[in-house]
Amino acid sequence: MLYEMTNNITGRSTTEKPLYARDKSRYMLEVVRLSAWYGKMKAVNEISMKIKAQAITALIGPSGCGKSTLIRCMNRMHEVSDGGKVSGQVLLDGRDIYGKDVDAVSVRRRIGMVFQKPTAFPTMSIFDNVASGINLTRLWSRKGELQELVEHSLKKAALWEEVKDKLNRSGVSLSGGQQQRLCIARAIAIEPEILLLDEPCSALDPISTLKIEELMLEIKKDYTVVIVTHNMQQAARVSDFTGFLLLGELIEFAPTKELFSIPHDKRTEDYITGRFG
Amino acid sequence: MSESGSLRRKWTNRIMLILCGCAAGLCILILALIVGYTIANGISYFNIDFLTNVSKPVGEVGGGMRDEIYGTFILVGLASLIALPVGLMAGIYLAEFGSPAVASVVRFIADILAGVPSIVVGVFAYALLVRPMHSYSALSAGVALAIIMIPVVARTAEEAMRLVPNSMREAALALGINRWRAVLGVIMPGALTGIITGIMLAVARIAGETAPLIFTALGSAFGVQGLNQPIGALPLQIYRYALSPYPDWQQQAWAAAFLLMILVLGINIVVRTVSRRKSM
Amino acid sequence: MKCSDSATTSSIAVKDWSGRRGRLGDKIFLYLTFIFALIIVVILVALLIVLNVDAMPAIQKFGTSFLTSMDWDPVQELFGALPAIYGTLLSSIIALIIAVPISIGSAVFLSELAPAWIREPASFLIEMLAAIPSVIIGLWGIFVLVPFIRSPIEGWLGSHLGFLPLFQGPPFGLGFLAAGIILAIMVIPIITAVSRDVMRAVPITQREAMYALGATRWETIYRTVLPYCRSGLVGAIILGLGRALGETMAVTMVIGNSYALTSSLFSPGVTIASKIASEFSEASGDLYIGSLVELALVLFGITLLVNIIARLMVWRMVSVRNTGE
Repeated sequence: MLYEMTNNITGRSTTEKPLYARDKSRYMLEVVRLSAWYGKMKAVNEISMKIKAQAITALIGPSGCGKSTLIRCMNRMHEVSDGGKVSGQVLLDGRDIYGKDVDAVSVRRRIGMVFQKPTAFPTMSIFDNVASGINLTRLWSRKGELQELVEHSLKKAALWEEVKDKLNRSGVSLSGGQQQRLCIARAIAIEPEILLLDEPCSALDPISTLKIEELMLEIKKDYTVVIVTHNMQQAARVSDFTGFLLLGELIEFAPTKELFSIPHDKRTEDYITGRFG
Repeated sequence: MSESGSLRRKWTNRIMLILCGCAAGLCILILALIVGYTIANGISYFNIDFLTNVSKPVGEVGGGMRDEIYGTFILVGLASLIALPVGLMAGIYLAEFGSPAVASVVRFIADILAGVPSIVVGVFAYALLVRPMHSYSALSAGVALAIIMIPVVARTAEEAMRLVPNSMREAALALGINRWRAVLGVIMPGALTGIITGIMLAVARIAGETAPLIFTALGSAFGVQGLNQPIGALPLQIYRYALSPYPDWQQQAWAAAFLLMILVLGINIVVRTVSRRKSM
Repeated sequence: MKCSDSATTSSIAVKDWSGRRGRLGDKIFLYLTFIFALIIVVILVALLIVLNVDAMPAIQKFGTSFLTSMDWDPVQELFGALPAIYGTLLSSIIALIIAVPISIGSAVFLSELAPAWIREPASFLIEMLAAIPSVIIGLWGIFVLVPFIRSPIEGWLGSHLGFLPLFQGPPFGLGFLAAGIILAIMVIPIITAVSRDVMRAVPITQREAMYALGATRWETIYRTVLPYCRSGLVGAIILGLGRALGETMAVTMVIGNSYALTSSLFSPGVTIASKIASEFSEASGDLYIGSLVELALVLFGITLLVNIIARLMVWRMVSVRNTGE
């Protein structure tokens, strides 16, 4: 509702990105004293951070540090896991996505997510995979109407040229890297404002990884991107901001260049110089 | 001493392993005997007349089982019509929506229901429908078969949906898809092979069920007349004819058994081969 | 909310935060599936109630003597279940005595011995045996098995072991022995399949430890594999028992349906299921029907008990395995 009000004030039609989303200095997402549990185990401990619009924010840290849990809290996917529990706030447009009257499903439509392993729906064609976020939220939709959207999304995900002649083939007929870009296209198709990528390259070969990295740099023009990666070089290459997590705590959060050249915390330094465990 | 001990161990080993092999061989031999006899005895009477003629009184040659074949299809269709919605929806509840505590109770009861002897289900259908309606009927038989089918369909549908990786569920939810749409649009299609396998195996099972039909469908000498009237069925006719003292009817029982066996084993073989290939 | 017809992307995104419509869909679907799941529970409850209501005349008239009386006299309306209960248990026990060694042997073969290219087709064939309709096995029983039992088997047993009460009396063919063999054929696939799965769940390290001690294959199986999965095997056998107790058609066709207590395996007998199957459609009068319905209730009670025990045993086996890993 706040969103629609903003729309009315700016007088823009919904066909364009709202003005504020293009404001690079703006904070898109604010995490406030967020803690998360799996059953009795606390995986994220009182983390607060602000995520800039139209930038790539990377979360790094040794495995088990809570970085995946943290990113899953950002679009309320954590509560889907067994025993997943969350306290604290995540503010989108200044509004808590964990608020009482907020529905997790509509949060996820504004904050998209791509997982570690490609999750193309095996029973759907490439076309239907991309359109699934739309098809499965409406009672019916016309194929012609979706055509343009699918093409647009696949182009944004840099996959269009490779699949435009075989849109009716099964989504899982693609290679792993292509499937991962298909998942990105699928996430883009629902027009989220933020894209969360949970180790999107860890299951991919170097060439596919490079393609995804290029793609990230491309889509950050329109979206706010948060990426979890276990690969420090990847964080250093693509991200604008980097957060270092250890044992569920946010140790350091700074512009990437700064974090990798002059880390303030000893533990960060140990980790990025490879002296860590 | 140790020499003879090791020799004895060697021979015990050999003999026991051979016996185990023989046991498995015996099972397959029994299958071969039953299938072989059914084919050998059934095929001689099995012809177009058998499929297209209605049953005739003793002494008249050329009786067939058209009405019973038709009746079996009607009963299986009727049972499926009742059991599929209930079984599938219950399966969805167990796999996707149920709270763990409630789901485990329902699951337990479904397993209990699946273990109820089919003759008891028949008595239930009799007491529930035949007695109040004062007539044996196709409907009561369909209900009895449906009760046998429901837990099977529910549990296999549940198992099939559980086999769909959780990552698919999460991927759908992360797209902002509601759970019920995710279930219908992503989970169910992913589990379709397993679900169809379960349904077909349940169909094969009830197609051969006899016990619950004896005092619900009863059998009919006048063909298929309606759902509130008695109806004939292939397995029922096999039972009646097999116990009759007339060689001609016994012949027909074998022919009907041959047909029923082709139907039931055919479904089993096709479904299992397809689902096995798919799963590999 | 705005909704334009053009294929624009933003109009497609849902901007309503409360997601009322979607949540309503989930709620409706949850309740809908729950109602259908509830139907399963309702069926079982209804089954118990309806059977009890219809059995009431017999329950009221005979009380507990129904379970201990040997009468079955529709003319004088005197009914008792003892011979049927006895026959049900006896035929199932005979079936298990025959089926258990064969099933466990087959399961050992399938799980431990057979090379992969035999294992798959052999498992498949044994599953097929389970798929054959009971009435066809009964048909085969009457015309193939019973004549075979009558002369060679019962003749031999009678002349060589005739001093035992088990093997006395004229060889009819039809009777407990035939019923036991037929039931064995029907439960072998079940016991085999479950035992095979249970044996496969035994960790490979258990076997390797035994081989390392210089044990032969059989010793490994007998001393390690079988003891390790004992409760699962017992569960498999009880599951088979549950099936045998309730099996109707094939037994009805070969048991001979004579309502009497007998110690001879050769003599015809009766089971609860065969009694119901052979008389129900001709029964008349509330008491007669009520007695048959009460028989059904007794059968339901016995199989319920057996199935619950079997399930608990297989469950325990599975949970032990899970926590062990």
